[in-house]
Amino acid sequence: MCLAVPMEVVEIKDGDELTSPIALVELGGIRREIRLDIVDRLPHIGDYVIVHAGFAVHSLTKDEAEESISLIRRMADGWRE
Amino acid sequence: MRLENILLDHGSGGLFTQELVEKVFLPRLDNPILSEFGDSALIDMGPWGAGRIAFTTDSYVVDPIFFPGGDIGALAVSGTINDLCMRGAVPLFLSLGLILEEGLAMDDLEQVIGSIQAASCSAGVQVVTGDTKVVPRGKADKIFINTSGIGVIKNGADISSSKASVGDAVILSGTMGDHGATILASRHGLAFEGNLKSDVTALNRMIEALMNAVPKDAIHTMRDPTRGGVATALNEIARTAGVAIEIDEGNVPVKPEVKTACEILGLDPFYLANEGKCLAIVDEKAAESAVYSMRLMPEGRDAALIGRIKDGRPGQVVLRTKIGGCRILRPLSGEPLPRIC
Amino acid sequence: MGQSEDISDPDLIKDLALRLKGLVKRPMKFMEVCGTHTVSISRSGLRSIIPKEIELISGPGCPVCVTAQGDIDAFIETAKIPGITVTTFGDLLKVPGSSDSLAGRRAKGAQVDVVYSPVDALQLARKDRSREVVFLAVGFETTIPCIAATIKDAARDGTGNFSILPALKLMPPALEALLETDIGIDGLICPGHVSAVIGAAAYKPIAEGFGMPCVVAGFEPAEILFALILLARQVNAGRAEVENAYPRAVSWEGNGKALGIMNEVFLQCDTEWRGLGAIRQSGLALKPEYNKFDAKYRFGIETRHTPEPKGCLCGDIIKGLDIPSNCPFFASICTPVSPVGPCMVSSEGACAAYFRYETGVI
Repeated sequence: MCLAVPMEVVEIKDGDELTSPIALVELGGIRREIRLDIVDRLPHIGDYVIVHAGFAVHSLTKDEAEESISLIRRMADGWRE
Repeated sequence: MRLENILLDHGSGGLFTQELVEKVFLPRLDNPILSEFGDSALIDMGPWGAGRIAFTTDSYVVDPIFFPGGDIGALAVSGTINDLCMRGAVPLFLSLGLILEEGLAMDDLEQVIGSIQAASCSAGVQVVTGDTKVVPRGKADKIFINTSGIGVIKNGADISSSKASVGDAVILSGTMGDHGATILASRHGLAFEGNLKSDVTALNRMIEALMNAVPKDAIHTMRDPTRGGVATALNEIARTAGVAIEIDEGNVPVKPEVKTACEILGLDPFYLANEGKCLAIVDEKAAESAVYSMRLMPEGRDAALIGRIKDGRPGQVVLRTKIGGCRILRPLSGEPLPRIC
Repeated sequence: MGQSEDISDPDLIKDLALRLKGLVKRPMKFMEVCGTHTVSISRSGLRSIIPKEIELISGPGCPVCVTAQGDIDAFIETAKIPGITVTTFGDLLKVPGSSDSLAGRRAKGAQVDVVYSPVDALQLARKDRSREVVFLAVGFETTIPCIAATIKDAARDGTGNFSILPALKLMPPALEALLETDIGIDGLICPGHVSAVIGAAAYKPIAEGFGMPCVVAGFEPAEILFALILLARQVNAGRAEVENAYPRAVSWEGNGKALGIMNEVFLQCDTEWRGLGAIRQSGLALKPEYNKFDAKYRFGIETRHTPEPKGCLCGDIIKGLDIPSNCPFFASICTPVSPVGPCMVSSEGACAAYFRYETGVI
């Protein structure tokens, strides 16, 4: 359920009363415009957003992404304890 | 369950297509040449005082007709050439059947025919006969093309799916899924920007180089993994030869943009069509030189050894996954569909 | 995200599996609620890596699989109405209704278009005002805000020929209903992207009320292993808490903006789930002010209660009471080529995932 992919924000277009804010996102050489109207925290360029059905559902900074991975690494190293 | 109508799935090249062939075509049309199920038919013309030829036909209905990396014309030429090459034939002559929809822009037709000219010239084949029909608007979608092709078998090459044997190396001539991902992405309105590009190309020069680089009997099987993708082609080889195949996922080349498109659309690149790739099953002693000879050609620069023929359960294809697990790699069942929720 | 390569590193996986092995001292049964978890587990061959003592069963998290037969029939009926273009996620196209499927209707002339986003469906309506465009709205809390935002768009510029046929589902009420009966599981692998919207805190009543360990998981095999480690630790310690093993996407409180838009457009209502039956307040209906975007009212489409195919175990499989290979139809009369139940149709249905990736049946 709910296939979603993290993609990097490369450009942001602000919205107005009639149009929603839009981000241009990139992953593996693929770019696409996605909608930012339901994302909890507006991303900055260089941040990542988790994209589902053409919408960003979550945004995260590079640091937050790396923190998650290092948490898993620390858990993996723990088996030798 | 007997279906009342033809579904799009029946043209997917997967299990639906197989069912159609087994239940509708074979009972009525079967003969020893047809039932070999090669990419092309190998015909010994000896009784008529000639040598062996390869003969094949294919129809092209791709939507959109122009796509990044090529168009329906380039596809119609290289697809048929590749079917001939997979039996070790030197492709020589093509026929060209066109079904045009009323209202098709003349510019579009000229562009497609221009691609046919370019593709056939660069592959060294000639279009020697043709036919054109025009149908009322809505009875066809812009342009449908059928090409048939004839090639000759030189040097007594004997390449067929039944010859894959235990210990053989499985080689893929480049990245998988490029064509299928490009078409699906352009069709499903993903509004992709990026370098997704079809791999459509004729393989006869690369195959010739490959056949020259290894001993005469070293190439056992070749298939071009078009509709149904690498997974389905491998399953067909395993089934026809009655062998098991083990593939190492980590060694299978996939372009990052194809991987991304697959992640976004919920697709598996193993099931996406390729239009300029070849699966070669070769004697393990010749594997290294086979890969090397492919890599020397631009269309084979990403060639890789991706697996082995094993003495396992006949017909079974097993995938060693990137993370070190293992699973069954099944043939495609129906048309690959994007999933989202 | 660049890091996805790092975390599929076989050495990291091996270490995580060893860590997990050290924690598993008795058989443990965990339910992965989400269909995308099911696919990731099957596709990566994760079952062949984890300790034999751990059994993973699939839950009700494939929206196609839990859509009631009556809703599927209503989708197909809608496709029969002249002048209507039905738009759908690819997932639904082949699901068999009582007598046909959307793919079958399309073969008979119906206009059925696959879209990637509900916004694509709205664009289609804007491009051709002469046709009514109906979007078949299935999905959980990840998808629902996207659909709500699309409805707000249509309302804002007055696109009159766009509507949705809602069969939307909420995850926590279904999990609670599921756990009312003892299904013999030791913990829940909670859905990653639903949780990105509803927040990890949403499982607190489940962890506390049912004494059920809950861990929110990401979708990379390493992330699933990480969640399994946290679950095994809870089981060993006799704890039943909510833990978040997917912090890069999920916060404790969730995505307030998405929840706000969802509540602006939809109201909670009772709804029927395949396999689970009717569950109170587990579905969503459009609020009265958005009624004109409801295809049910616009076209008088009725949803009848239709029995599920006889003998098909999809219902029990969704409840985690059985596994696909125990179904008498599995891989015999029910295959992806001619599916009997929806769990075989949806590529993330438990049956399809088992069939494609795990059976040795040829």
